[in-house]
This record gives sequence, structure tokens and C-alpha cells, in this order.
Amino acid sequence: MVELRDKLVLALGERDGIPAPALRACIESAGGRVIYEVTQCFV
Amino acid sequence: MVRATQVVLAHVPGLVFSGSKPRREIAREGPGLQQKIRDHLRPFEAAVAYAPHQVMIGNLSPELLWDRPRPWHASPVAGASTEGPGGCLIDQSTFYAWLARADAARLVSFTESFAAVLGPAPGGPGVRTASHAALEATLTAGGEPLYAEGERLVGVIAPGHETDESLTGAVLLENAAAKVTGALALRRLLGRGAGEPVDFLLGCGEEAVGDRYQRGGGNLARAMGELADVRGAGGADLKAFCAAPVHALIMAGALIQSGLYRRVVVVAGGSLAKIGMKVLGHLNAGYPVLEDVLAGIAIDVVPDDGVSPWLRLDTAATLRLGDGDAPHQVAAALTLAPLRRRGLRLSDIDRFAVELHNPDITEPAGSGDVPANNYRIIAALAVQAGEIGRDAMPAFARSRGLPGFSPTQGHIASAVPYLPHALAGLTSGGLRRVQFVAKGSLFLGRMTTMGDGASIVLERNGG
Repeated sequence: MVELRDKLVLALGERDGIPAPALRACIESAGGRVIYEVTQCFV
Repeated sequence: MVRATQVVLAHVPGLVFSGSKPRREIAREGPGLQQKIRDHLRPFEAAVAYAPHQVMIGNLSPELLWDRPRPWHASPVAGASTEGPGGCLIDQSTFYAWLARADAARLVSFTESFAAVLGPAPGGPGVRTASHAALEATLTAGGEPLYAEGERLVGVIAPGHETDESLTGAVLLENAAAKVTGALALRRLLGRGAGEPVDFLLGCGEEAVGDRYQRGGGNLARAMGELADVRGAGGADLKAFCAAPVHALIMAGALIQSGLYRRVVVVAGGSLAKIGMKVLGHLNAGYPVLEDVLAGIAIDVVPDDGVSPWLRLDTAATLRLGDGDAPHQVAAALTLAPLRRRGLRLSDIDRFAVELHNPDITEPAGSGDVPANNYRIIAALAVQAGEIGRDAMPAFARSRGLPGFSPTQGHIASAVPYLPHALAGLTSGGLRRVQFVAKGSLFLGRMTTMGDGASIVLERNGG
């Protein structure tokens, strides 16, 4: 378990996994702050 | 109806150094990496005997790959042919000969000795030649090298303008590679028919053709048609990243259904930028450079002929704004929702054709098994819908899924490589319905954080 409250987070999403906007939604709901987000596609 | 399809795989080991990843890594790591890549390029015979390529051209059924030992390059196919019912493989010299013929702007030159090997450009004005010193000078001026036998400079493509970044040698080679491979697939498709006229060419590749004032202006479909000696057809490109081929199938079907056209050919060429994309993973695993082919495809869409499988427009789906981008939301919108609309279940689909990237290419680079991940999600949807039990998920994925076999050529890998097998299975085989599902990574262009997707069912004629 990671405590995200008041943490600065880099959200690196993956197209076939969890995209960055979904990561952002989770992180923000847990009190974290996303300072960079990107979704990658590796194919 | 989808009546036929043809794939062309052009084996171009000399162009691995023009792929985006090798170019950047060599600039960073230096000549040691360059030499290592050169040492791991495979000969044409090995590319022909590579089982996934034999699946691409229709000589092997995809399901045979399930039981074939991996990595597949270690078990070459005995007696493999360059010709198959679904397409063919061509070697690098043949590709270069067509590149010379495709060179409308007269920017491609080869050394005299290599031009002699190529012979006259097929049906074209002849291969332009230049001295080695002249080729070197063109390289210095921003040209892009054309190599043979590893890294022997045999030709160059000059920039189309002194200062235009959209017309550098590298950009023009990328676009010309797509033009040639798409046109060759188109020629092959049309050469196997009865000579009926084509009304419209619908391009669905990802290359950006244009100068600095309209980068990505496009209509490569018309250029492909010209090179393929098509007369009387119109053309345009449809852009939607890797989802474009399935979007194009839907639109081609609608153009036919509306009566506007009698024959539409969906066409796309290969992606030079993606050649060697996973090269570091392959070198680390001791593999040859597996991303050494450009792939082109042409798909013939016509009115009902009583035989060819139906393109069921009532099952067409696109990812709508607001559908969401999480994998289960995308899968539900593209697989389950359109089937329900027609009163069908996931279990009514014999095969799901998703992005069929070859896992031997993606896994050594840490990108996982893309089709397997997609099938897991579809199987989970079937559990959620109460169609199967949780313990039946692996069997569902195996019986209705496919092993990946496509080169990582972006849009080309998106579902459509299964078409040659689907057409055979839906006419003379035991298949009744195949759902084609494609996704596009729109977010890579930085204009949105969204992805995209499209799907459609191909059904045996008569239902």
C-alpha cells in the first residue's frame, strides 16, 4: 500500500494497460497531485 | 462484402538504420551498436522461412503457431515459399527497383553497379544512377542512405527541398516506402481479379505526406493507385492511427451499401519508422533483428456476390466520445455493445481479430503479448456477461482468439492481417462470424489524451 496524500506523482500510462487519465483519476482521489502524465504505446 | 485481400511483405534489412529507434540509438551509442545491429540482420531466406510471415501470406494457418516452439525464428518453415494465397514476400532488390519506379520527383539514385543488379525499373523510366562520390555528397546535403548487404551504400534519396523539414530525405523515404508497399499489395490484388474497374481507393496508413505548409496533407491512396497502374478510380486517405484500417472497412462497406460505388479498395503501406523499433530487446535476447519487413495490404470491398462474406454494417462500432479509455470500457464498446445491438453474444463470434502483433517481437522488449492481453479482457467480458464461467476464460481465449503473427507495422497489425484466413474460413471453412477490432493511440500526437477504436463483424454469406 502506498500513501499518496500530498505526494507529487509522475503518471506513466500504457495503452494496453492503464492509460494516464485513469491513473490521474485514481491518484487524485487518493489525495496525490499529478505533475506529469503521459500514455505510451509500445507497438 | 469483402471479396479478397492481399498482403505484401518487403524484406528491407538495409533500411533498419532508417527506422526511428535504431537511428536514435546509434546516434547515442555509436558505431558499436551499429555493428551489432549489422551482425544481427537476417537474410531474405530466413525472413521467408519465418513462420509468422508464412501466416501473413496465407501459407500457414495462425492456429498452427500455438504449438510451434518459440522463438519462431529458431524453427524455420521447411520449403517455405515467397508466394501464398494471401500475399507474397519480396526481397530488398525488388523493393529498391520499385522504389526507383515510384520516384515521381526523381530524387532516388543508385550506384551504376547496383542499378545493373536491379535492372530497369519495372515499366518505369529507368533507374537514375550516380557515382559513389555523388551519393556521398547527397547524403551530406540531407539525403537518406539506401543500403544493401548490411551497410554497403548503394543508393540515396535526396531531400525534396533545401530547407523544408517535411521534405527531408528521411521523411520522403518513409512516405515512399509506404507508397511502394501499398501499391504492390494493390497491384497484386487487382492482378488476381477479372479486371473490373475500381471506383475508389481508400488509404488508411499513418504516414504524413505533404510539404511544410500541409504536413500530413495526404492522399497517398492516389499515388499508390498511379503506381499500381489503376485508371478511372478516385481516392482519398482516412487518418485514425492504428484504428484506420477498420474505420476504412466500415466506410468502404457504407460506400458500397449506399450504391455510390461498386468497388472500393482499402489500401495501406508499411511503416518505415517502426522498422527496428524493438531492436535493443532483440539484441539483448540474442535474436536477429525481427522488425525488418515493411508490410502493405489491399482489401477488395464489393456488393453482394452471393459468396463473399458480409461486412455487417449493423455491427459496426467506433469508440464514441465519452465511452472511456480504460481497457475494459474500450473492449466493451467495441466487442460486446455492437453484438448486443444485433442480439448476439460474444460466444457467437468464432474468432476475434484484435491487434495481432507478433509476441516474439514485443516480449523481448518488455511490451508483453498484445493479443493475449486483449483476449483476456474479452474473455473477462464474457464472464461478466454470464456467458462462461471464470475457469473457462483460458479456453475461451484460445478457441476464439489468435496468436499474434503480424510484424509491428502499426496500422497493418490492426486485425486485418487475419483477413486472408477469415475469408477462407468464412467461405470454404467452418467459420461463421469474425469480429475485427482495432485501437488507435491518438494521444501520441499530443492533441488529446484519448485513444480511439473501431470494430465490425464479417459474417458468412447467407448468415
